Amino acid sequence: MSADIATDALPDGVPLASTDVPPLVVDHVTQTYRIRGRGHRKMIAVDDVSFTIAPGAAVGLVGASGSGKTTLARMITGSEQPTSGSITFGDIAVQKLHASGLRRYHQRVQMIFQDPYGALNPLHTVEYTIARPCRNFLGMSAQQAHDRVYELLEIVGLTPPEQFATKLPHQLSGGQRQRVVIARALACEPDVLIADEPVSMLDVSLRAGVLRLLAKLRAERGLSLLYITHDLLSARVVTDDIIVLNKGRIVEQGATKKVLQHPQDAYTVQLLDAIPTPHRAPSATATSKATAPSRVSAASKATPA
Amino acid sequence: MSILATVPPPREAPGGSAEITLRTSAALPGPVQFLSRALRTLWSNGKARLGLTILGVFILIALFAPLLAPHSPTATTFPPYLNPTSTNLFGTTGNGQDVFSQMLYGARVSLLVGLSAGLAATIVAVTIGLIAGYRPGPVDEVLSFVTNLALVIPGIPLMIILAAYIPSRSVWTIVFVVAITSWATGARVVRSQASTLRSREFVTSAVFSGERLFRVVFREILPNMTSLVAASFFSAATAAVMAEASLEFLGLGNPSTVSWGTILYYAQQQNALLTGQWVLVLAPGLAIALLALSFTLVNFGVDALSNPRLREK
Amino acid sequence: MPILSAQGVNVVYEPNRGQRIWSVRDVDLSFEAGEFVGLVGESGCGKSTLGFALTRMLRPPARLESGVITFDGVDISRLDGEALREQRRNGIALVLQSGMNALNPVRTIEHHFGDILKAHAHAGEHHDRTTIRRRGAELLASVELDENVLGRYPHELSGGMRQRIAIALALALEPRVIIFDEPTTALDVIVQAAIMKTIKGLQRVRGFTAILISHDLGVVLEATDRVLVMYAGRIVEDVPASDLLGGPHHPYTEALLSCYADPRADEVKLGGIPGSPPDLSLDEPGCSFTPRCPLAEDVCRHIEPPLAPLGRGRVACHVRAPTAAAEKEASGVS
Repeated sequence: MSADIATDALPDGVPLASTDVPPLVVDHVTQTYRIRGRGHRKMIAVDDVSFTIAPGAAVGLVGASGSGKTTLARMITGSEQPTSGSITFGDIAVQKLHASGLRRYHQRVQMIFQDPYGALNPLHTVEYTIARPCRNFLGMSAQQAHDRVYELLEIVGLTPPEQFATKLPHQLSGGQRQRVVIARALACEPDVLIADEPVSMLDVSLRAGVLRLLAKLRAERGLSLLYITHDLLSARVVTDDIIVLNKGRIVEQGATKKVLQHPQDAYTVQLLDAIPTPHRAPSATATSKATAPSRVSAASKATPA
Repeated sequence: MSILATVPPPREAPGGSAEITLRTSAALPGPVQFLSRALRTLWSNGKARLGLTILGVFILIALFAPLLAPHSPTATTFPPYLNPTSTNLFGTTGNGQDVFSQMLYGARVSLLVGLSAGLAATIVAVTIGLIAGYRPGPVDEVLSFVTNLALVIPGIPLMIILAAYIPSRSVWTIVFVVAITSWATGARVVRSQASTLRSREFVTSAVFSGERLFRVVFREILPNMTSLVAASFFSAATAAVMAEASLEFLGLGNPSTVSWGTILYYAQQQNALLTGQWVLVLAPGLAIALLALSFTLVNFGVDALSNPRLREK
Repeated sequence: MPILSAQGVNVVYEPNRGQRIWSVRDVDLSFEAGEFVGLVGESGCGKSTLGFALTRMLRPPARLESGVITFDGVDISRLDGEALREQRRNGIALVLQSGMNALNPVRTIEHHFGDILKAHAHAGEHHDRTTIRRRGAELLASVELDENVLGRYPHELSGGMRQRIAIALALALEPRVIIFDEPTTALDVIVQAAIMKTIKGLQRVRGFTAILISHDLGVVLEATDRVLVMYAGRIVEDVPASDLLGGPHHPYTEALLSCYADPRADEVKLGGIPGSPPDLSLDEPGCSFTPRCPLAEDVCRHIEPPLAPLGRGRVACHVRAPTAAAEKEASGVS
């Protein structure tokens, strides 16, 4: 039986995204929450973050919990408004969108969720879930949507489609559910995919398959991908560029391989060293040796994480 | 990324769970399909099955009362205050009416009021609960306040006052009064559940799929609350049956209606226990209790409605 | 003498009438005092169920169908009630997967410690507030938490802190064996690394036998001395942790190892295992991994491979560790 492998070797001939897909620009975005309760304290979830997702690019947004990456994802998809700064997709000002504008935006910028168990309505069949965006965004009739659902199921590897279309979420495995989530996101032919920890809740043996699927989709359709995770290994395999967030601020960014092999910031090193891996290559740089991250307290004040 | 090897498709998930075949043909309208599937789901639970059977018997009695009853319920043709005989299986009232026939016809009113008041209360509860639960903010605040107000006012005294002051005396007055006083509990529960479901990822996912508010509320959130709504309905129906009996018993209904409550009312008026006609008290009392019990039993099966995993094969 | 052992353990799970799912099949295990052992496998392989069986925490519809569990020479598989609680007093403790969620949200941390100490107090032993606070502070210190945490409520603490509290609570009764069921799965990498370091430190200092159940082979490798690999309810490999990186192993173990890589390497290849685990409600002959195994041979389809020596460990594989008995049976079959 042939193995299922995902690698980070450069794809052959990545098609250029069509020229009318604009970059998604995040410009000096800050998100501050006011905490009710003892004294009105402010919590800064995202602190002056700026970056661009070029068409066809795969960018990783990496950080531990509390780093602000989920908040950023919510702002980029329009679910939340930043306290200051702007997010633009071509001539669309994302932070100003409401209702119908938001709906049009979702046709172009879609999201893949973390929890395959929670992201699917337990009472709807696979076909219903995937058909809805086809009917809403592409105005398809029931029959057209049905055909498209089968097409999408083939694309994400859930074959034979007839077998999977009528299933309910609890009848599928985690990896299969996640493929349904991806199919749903693809249904409206988006330009950008925001993937929020798409494999972290899957068994390790299932991750390569889903990551390969994401890479394939990117290669075949020129989709841009924003890959949000705390797992540097999957980020290495999926992304070309990487942004490291710590407590809402960008501490490092650059080409993925370069950042991982020559990390400049202590936090990045800490993230790298924290990954439990059977195959630990010898430490690559002097930087990583010097800032011994074993004192966890350094990063998280008095009490450990 | 160069794909080094082709991947065989993922196999079907193991552990053969319940297969639910959905008819995709448009032969049967949606609500009918839904109801038949709901009934099948309820039937699969032992206690619910018992409840449905009892309820079914009562429904049949109510529907076929004219055929089943040996005599007219209101005809005063019999000697009064009789104990059970072969002609009058449950004896007669002080006005010479056959109690057995009254019991059979009475099932109609009790069922009608129980189910309609229960339905009305549930519709109000679900509407208010969904609106309040889905949109946090001023709307929620106002609706919650109104709900809490309705909860604080004691139900039965309010019912009595309303029933006493409303000029028209009919079964529908009772339905109205019961519905008005029992929607609040359901509304609170529905609101709380809706507000939890609102933050579930599949709701966000539906929004991303381009679904509009109406569909999100009625096709994503509400179906996941079916168990709750059904439970709410059966609880309301139970309360309604009891309330109707109470109001009739107190003489606040129309004394010329034939219902289990009025049988009790007359039994009281005519001192049935003193004359030794305990059947006049036992029969309607038992019937009311059994009907209420049947609703409660069916309630045991409603959990499976919202959780496909619980649907027993 | 091993401190904890299991012979012939079978756990069956009966969710509906007529459906029997064999979650754990024919497991023979033994743990020496002071060992740190890892139990690895993917979702549904039965590792948590096995952990629950060892601590007598199985609840219907799951039950111990057959087998004997011996703790410190005593057969605990049939104990109940007071006798079982006695065993729990300083016997085996369990730290749950969502231990952080097992804390009562309306009670302070101090109350939790008080709860445990009072529940298992010996007759005549009285725990007053001062004693509880002192003991609580001691335990919190051992998991690197400050004593002012005692006065806090669970929702005021982070996930990592709550997991540490769950560990501290498990330590309260000075158990000789602690089973950690996926203690770090819901936490991010940095917190995970910190907590694993704390657990390792505690184990070294206090010397309890630790059993770490996890789906993450990387975590298990870094922390444990010995690794048990489970697939479809059976133990398929038992090997010292340090031997895992070199040499041949059970094909499933090898496939799992290929799912990991060092993100800093020049070329990164991430493997996966196509297909899915078998349906545990069916009892099919032969090795359960056959449909997904690159080395599968005919004998694998017919005969269940027994655990046989391979290097310093044991492996249940006809190809890696062929046994004479299996070969004889095979020639009888074909």
